[in-house]
Amino acid sequence: MPESHPRPSRPPIVQLKDTTVVYPGGHVGLERVSVQIDRGEFVFLVGPTGCGKSTFIKLLLRDLEPSAGSVMVAGKDINEMPKNKVPQLRRRIGTVFQDFKLLPNRTVYDNVAYALQVTGSHRSEIKRQVPEILRMVGLGAKVHSYPDELSGGEQQRVSVARAFVSHPPLLLADEPTGNLDPETSIGIMQLLYRINRTGTTVVVVTHDREMVDKMRRRVVQLYDGRVIRDQAAGLYTTDESTSEFGARVRAELGVDEGGPDHRDDGLDEDDHGLRTL
Amino acid sequence: MGHLGFFLGEAYRALRRNAAPSIAAVVTIAVTVLLVGVLVPVLAASGSKTEDVREQLELKVFLFKSSSQSEVTALQERVEGIPHVETVEYVSPAEALRITQEKVGDDSLLDELNSNPLPPAFNVKLDSPDNFESVEAALQPPDAAGKPQPISAAIDEINTGGQQTEQIREVTGAVKILLGVIAVLLAIASLFLVGNTIRLSIYARRREVEVMQLVGATNWFIRWPFVIEGIVVGLFGAAIAVGILFLGKVTIVDPLSDNFALVENLNTIPFGPLVTALAAGAMVVAALGSGVTLRRFLRI
Repeated sequence: MPESHPRPSRPPIVQLKDTTVVYPGGHVGLERVSVQIDRGEFVFLVGPTGCGKSTFIKLLLRDLEPSAGSVMVAGKDINEMPKNKVPQLRRRIGTVFQDFKLLPNRTVYDNVAYALQVTGSHRSEIKRQVPEILRMVGLGAKVHSYPDELSGGEQQRVSVARAFVSHPPLLLADEPTGNLDPETSIGIMQLLYRINRTGTTVVVVTHDREMVDKMRRRVVQLYDGRVIRDQAAGLYTTDESTSEFGARVRAELGVDEGGPDHRDDGLDEDDHGLRTL
Repeated sequence: MGHLGFFLGEAYRALRRNAAPSIAAVVTIAVTVLLVGVLVPVLAASGSKTEDVREQLELKVFLFKSSSQSEVTALQERVEGIPHVETVEYVSPAEALRITQEKVGDDSLLDELNSNPLPPAFNVKLDSPDNFESVEAALQPPDAAGKPQPISAAIDEINTGGQQTEQIREVTGAVKILLGVIAVLLAIASLFLVGNTIRLSIYARRREVEVMQLVGATNWFIRWPFVIEGIVVGLFGAAIAVGILFLGKVTIVDPLSDNFALVENLNTIPFGPLVTALAAGAMVVAALGSGVTLRRFLRI
């Protein structure tokens, strides 16, 4: 896992400098926000509804352009790149959303494969990588199901698999557990944690205070478009295995093991699957 | 186009899983093509009829009976040299009499007359009826006093048909413009109809397009399957319409045209090229419709 320790010589994966977003109509989404996220970090973005969390995500995907300030991804100002390079940017950022955003008329396999097909990946490459990532998220048996045949937690796993199948350096999750019950949520967070351990920077937008407190990771709190708290990680031990992490969070949240999504294999067998990635 | 196989697969998947909007688009295209397929031959037939009338317009140059053969030959050469003149046909008095007799349909005509009263004449055909004035002016340029003066002493009178010519020209011109307007309106209506149907079927899938953009698909990567889908929809629609057209031709038009000269005109446009053009048009419109409609959803 060469990327798990950020090297100082490389620019931070995300850097906002005095970024202001004013929506048409005058609503201020973000006001002079400066945040730096280094490679390999796991960051929570918290705050009440309308505080600018989703604006932050949209900025990084260049779904929005700032009114002032700059948005740098991997050292490049993404608002200076030509429009036709935006797809390339998005291929290097995995995204997970509250509403999963799966393609309804495709199987689980095809949904994940699509993320590789857009990059022009070879058929054989897709055939190798997709089942592997689906096994990793615990959906090895649901490869040919359609999204509407899956539970919410399973759909979110597909979405995580799609976000991570091309091994992007950055993964953004916008309220990934917003629609899920606590046990299923832990399963998803566990997945994200695991992905983070491979060196991928993970940014999770959430308003689940309890989950954030238990996860012991860096927390950036937004309020009314401003950063009001940026609490660095490192207060707690960070070197847990995925299963240790899951067990601890479950215990602390008082969630029973063996919940609906817990039966999944792969996740609790430690990190074998990922090490091969 | 290294992705051709993938795009074809995507288009097939979309057609299969969005059957209802696809069928709506196919039916719309079929109806439109049918409409165009029926109206185009009808318009072409009426157009060719008016064209026939226009073609029959000619300039008549009556000569003095006393004109010598050399005068006539010289004049014929001169008239042939006038711009816009296509052919100059000499009609001898005997021939003129025969034509008149034919028209009247009465052989006794000649018997009543002691001698042939008809003068020799030239039938002057022009490349277009619009050039009557210029040829007429060339045949009898105005003299110093401004009065038209024939270019040859052999010319007795020039008959342009006068008012009649003017009227025929106006009517046929109006008919032509009318047909043109109908054709253009029809084409525009078909475009809107087809475009709207396609827009509807794509609108149902705009969230899909959003997701595709999110995972980094380029605009063309998203667009190609839609364009191929449009081509397939156009092809199916055109095939249905052509089938109905062919049936209609075999069962209605063909038997009629054996009996009525009027219906024969419907065959002015050969069936093969008409069908090919309709099918190609339907595919192009459907493909463009898909591609263009998608633009609205592709804005980043």
